[in-house]
Amino acid sequence: MELNDFIKKFAEQFEETAPEEIQASTEFKSLEEWSSLTSLSILAMVDDEYDVALKGDDIKNAVTVEDLFNKVASKA
Amino acid sequence: MSYLTFNSVGVTALSAAVPRTIINNYNYTRYFDKEQVKQVVDKVEIYQRRFADEHTCSSDLCFAAASKLIEDNNIDRSDIDLLIFISQTPDYRMPATSVLLQDRLGLPSSTVAFDINLGCSAFLYGLSVAYSMLSSGNFKKALILDGETRSKVYSPKDRRTAFLFGDGGVAALVERDNRFGTSYFSLNSDGSRGDLIKIKAGGYRMPSSAETVKEKVVDEYGNIRSDEQGYMNGSDVFNFVITEIPKDIKLLLANSGNSIVDCDYCVFHQANNFINRYLAKKLHIETEKIPSTVEKYGNTSSVSVPLTIVDQLKGKMNGDKKLLLSAFGVGMTWASAIVPFHDLKISDIIEV
Repeated sequence: MELNDFIKKFAEQFEETAPEEIQASTEFKSLEEWSSLTSLSILAMVDDEYDVALKGDDIKNAVTVEDLFNKVASKA
Repeated sequence: MSYLTFNSVGVTALSAAVPRTIINNYNYTRYFDKEQVKQVVDKVEIYQRRFADEHTCSSDLCFAAASKLIEDNNIDRSDIDLLIFISQTPDYRMPATSVLLQDRLGLPSSTVAFDINLGCSAFLYGLSVAYSMLSSGNFKKALILDGETRSKVYSPKDRRTAFLFGDGGVAALVERDNRFGTSYFSLNSDGSRGDLIKIKAGGYRMPSSAETVKEKVVDEYGNIRSDEQGYMNGSDVFNFVITEIPKDIKLLLANSGNSIVDCDYCVFHQANNFINRYLAKKLHIETEKIPSTVEKYGNTSSVSVPLTIVDQLKGKMNGDKKLLLSAFGVGMTWASAIVPFHDLKISDIIEV
């Protein structure tokens, strides 16, 4: 799996946040739009696209988008 | 993995009762400001719920639904050999609510009555038990009464659960009839996830005390609840759903020789539309086949599957119909079933 592709799919889970606001280093839980339901969208996207079942704690422990990418990559 | 299969037994009539008090979620603003509430409600897409008043229990909703069912279908009460009451909000810790309902409904003392305490998946478990006991050949009719007052379980000051749950009760008549085909049930349990949805206190592991009824701030967001109130870890519950439910449904379909296109409707547990849209996409089901009531009743736990059938499929269940049912939650437990119906009689929903 590829980081830029992951970032693009990650950004698609947001409705109001512009895609360019989301980078590898973005601290995604600080984004205005972030909510527990965005977190569910991310879990569903990761399951769909990478066939990986993330836990709530995986999202809780990740700070940046790249952290989460690394977590998914380690489980893929 | 093993499945239960039954022949020539099925649900012939269904009824439901809901409390008359409608909670409009956008106006449920006693503990949170309007803007915050709007954000939550827009996201969860649950707009209304029904709340029982302090004197009304699950059993009262079920009693009303059962009385309507008996009246609408001219059922001879002495023909009811089995009464199963399904709930996690019973009248008392003892005796079992089913036994009190046997008397209230005027059923004979020869009626077998017991409770099933299980949560969201429990209606399917109840069907499998009723089908099983009727298959022994001696019982004429069974009543499944399934009721919940989840509004009383969760803290209105915990925004993670305050806007989700509602109350309701249903009654289902189960009978033997050669016109029913084969039904298939997959029933599953995973106690390692027991902490995901839980009320910690009030049982015998943590008996009620002055400490357990104290409200506490439980997280960094300032949500408040006591140990006597329900807790839910939403993202891990969702993780459980996406890991287990599509797999279970696919296996059940494959092993029973059915496919989604053979099913007239797919009735899923009503937790939220987000989960059900996910399941629809994952299993390639057209959304018209998936009736939904979560927007008007919220999550009513085990009641949600039969309540959705009563509310959404009235007038659509004439002749032979095959339904895929799937429900999942606290335990964790999950159940999927393929259930044939023949001329299912559905009563009008009554308000209590």
